[in-house]
Amino acid sequence: MRYAETGFNLEIDLTRGNIERVATDPELTKLYLGGQGTADKILWDRVGPEVEPFSEENLLIFSSGLLNGTFVPGANRTIVNTFSPQTNLHAHSMMGGYFGVEMKHAGYDKIILSGKAPKLVYIYIHNDNVEIRDASHLAGMGTTEVQDHLKKELGDDKVQIAAIGLAGENRVYTASIEHSHCSASRGVGPVMGDKRVKAIAVRGTKDLQMAEPEKLFHICKDLRKDLADNPGAGDWMAVDEDDGFHHDNFSWGNARVRQKNYWSDELQQRWTDIKYDHMDRQTGCYNCPKKCHNVISWPGRKRFSYKCFGKDTYNMASFQELDFSYEILGVAQEYGLDSYSTPQVIAFALELLEEGILTLDDFPGMPEDIRGRFFHILDMIVNREGIGDKLANGVYWAARQIGNGAEKFDHNTTKKFEQVPIKLGKVNPMFFLMIATGEKMNITQIEGSFPQDPLPTLEERQAFVDAWEAVPDEKFKKYFMEWERRNEMPSGAVCDIVDWNEAMHYIDDAIGLCAFVSSFRGQFGGKTQYNIHNIPDLIRMASGLDLSKEDLWNVFRRNRNLVRAINVRRGMRRADERPPEDHWAVRDEEFEQSLLSAYYEFKGWTQDGIPTPATLDELALSDVREDFEKRGIYSAAQ
Amino acid sequence: MKENKKMKTIKEIRVDVNKCNGCLSCEMSCSAAHAMPPYTSVNPARSRISVVMDETKDVYIPIRAGDYAEAECAGRNQYTIDGKEYDTCLLCPASCPSRSRFTEPDSGLPLKCDMCESLDIGEPMCVQVCHPGALSYHEYQVEAEDSVTLERGEKEIGLEYLVKRYGLEEVVKTVATMAKKSA
Repeated sequence: MRYAETGFNLEIDLTRGNIERVATDPELTKLYLGGQGTADKILWDRVGPEVEPFSEENLLIFSSGLLNGTFVPGANRTIVNTFSPQTNLHAHSMMGGYFGVEMKHAGYDKIILSGKAPKLVYIYIHNDNVEIRDASHLAGMGTTEVQDHLKKELGDDKVQIAAIGLAGENRVYTASIEHSHCSASRGVGPVMGDKRVKAIAVRGTKDLQMAEPEKLFHICKDLRKDLADNPGAGDWMAVDEDDGFHHDNFSWGNARVRQKNYWSDELQQRWTDIKYDHMDRQTGCYNCPKKCHNVISWPGRKRFSYKCFGKDTYNMASFQELDFSYEILGVAQEYGLDSYSTPQVIAFALELLEEGILTLDDFPGMPEDIRGRFFHILDMIVNREGIGDKLANGVYWAARQIGNGAEKFDHNTTKKFEQVPIKLGKVNPMFFLMIATGEKMNITQIEGSFPQDPLPTLEERQAFVDAWEAVPDEKFKKYFMEWERRNEMPSGAVCDIVDWNEAMHYIDDAIGLCAFVSSFRGQFGGKTQYNIHNIPDLIRMASGLDLSKEDLWNVFRRNRNLVRAINVRRGMRRADERPPEDHWAVRDEEFEQSLLSAYYEFKGWTQDGIPTPATLDELALSDVREDFEKRGIYSAAQ
Repeated sequence: MKENKKMKTIKEIRVDVNKCNGCLSCEMSCSAAHAMPPYTSVNPARSRISVVMDETKDVYIPIRAGDYAEAECAGRNQYTIDGKEYDTCLLCPASCPSRSRFTEPDSGLPLKCDMCESLDIGEPMCVQVCHPGALSYHEYQVEAEDSVTLERGEKEIGLEYLVKRYGLEEVVKTVATMAKKSA
């Protein structure tokens, strides 16, 4: 008997068409909890460093978080892991909605895809019945179109579907997997396309049990109410129409131009009108009262949704206004494209055109206007047509495949992945470490618990720390009280803060909590709904696992080190841990490297960023240590 | 009409479809509250409220399970309300052989909303957990009609279904055999 989880994974070998329901080891739940934690254990055990992302041996794993489907509100994340063709490293991706919860009711904690289907297929899972079905009639279909189509074809409006669009089918590196009003990006879409799986449709009607269900139900009933009322959780940008934060501080075009005084009251009013004139409603995810997705109906487009910074990326990359984002998002969503990285690739292409590295001959039929050009290049990328075939591999690879000086226009990638377009003045030590050492490729998946900025007066700081329940240790209050300037913080404190930021994300990845009610949100206001103090009780009541705060912290450390180990085994080293060179105008190499050294030491890693034998042994990862020794990873690094 | 008018209480859940955010907390909590014993499991497929949801058309309609229907409708209506199309089926509360909605996933027995009267929890659970405010609970008095029939309970609905499916004789025989075994 397992609580909160089903105790079974669904293994589908697409090459052979073999389908198995496999019982899982409860000991692994104790060590890694679930979600990405247990997925990474599978990736470590079964996918060697020599495996190419586009190969039969690569796995694509959909995991339901440990708390998904239980009474805990906001636990609904489906975590998708694989190896990314763009980075050739571990791909971390997650989406909200209903998919992972439906998986559990169908009887599976994970869906593990291996091999490659001989032709385009979709997978239909209805409890114990699992079929690999022909999807030739779905080829080229848009992501919401295919979900709509399959619900009708299967005669069930309650089936939950994760699908790729044309971008995924054509293995565009920035392709996403789309589900309901949610999507999973950063490398998983092209791998699903490579496996020739157009969609996975899941319907589950089985019971899920919890260890202390009655008690948990009533606690969660109160928690849901608190969550609904808590302005410190959810996406405040769904209701606060002042978006000067992104437009004045983030860079426009190919992460080039900062327009410090762009935002104005007049603009805000105009954009607010555009939004509310076209917004159908705001939606949430399974078992969460928040309304983070803005659902927009734009003339001539499929209905689409966005949250947070997602509405800004296209209009900022193209120097347009909100109406352009609205015009293009519905199209990009049907193609199934990540809205963080794709606009940067297009802006990069336009910069190369301006510089003469690419010419109009590279873009046959190119319109004159910028809006038309964005749509044109978007189509070329999705269809891998002409120069679009190179651009479809993301900025890093496109720059090298185009050559002729294009490399120097790839100025905003780290570990070969497009970063959020921010170019600031002085080095921020916390963000330096997070961008350098993060292995989730996007800062939003790393930052989040400690505030981004200090408060000006001691009184304000005191009031903040007095109400600050989320801190794992009193020392964070001291750091905050003594913090005067954003970019000045003692190295020891920086290490602690980055570690805490990471910890909450790794816990969320394992249990399925949304970062907007947990790990991401504390940096803005400190009043996140979930924290290191209340999560252990919820895990116990749901799953029966009795973890102390310290035990939970150790699960984070184990899961964190396992991701690092997976990437180290694939060749990632200290030299790769560099934020974009122009991320800050004023750099201090000596200081940055000494900070990185201090953080490696703090984490129990060698000076090349490799977890030490002692760290691995302490975290019950001795098999990782043995593998490293066998491969000579430690001796080569010395 | 009788001389002495009797009053009866109408219990009503009002639905503001524009406020629904699609969180399905109503389905989840209903299934938990009606689990046996209460709260011991969760399974939205057993819920007596079901959100008819179509993200592509912006349709979000929570429907409460009504009576069992022996056969599906001979014809259907298509409604257009504020530019959105709704099929009769989407708005229908019946547990009906044409669909899986409002039937127990294991037994196929029909499910029916009892306004949580069996649970003694005050307002229905779905309303209590609907923080977006799509569901609200109202009670009011109306004059009782002459021909008011007794509300059927869960047992009657279940048995009626079995009788229709297997015939009265079979059901009686089965109950008798079961009674003998447990005696």
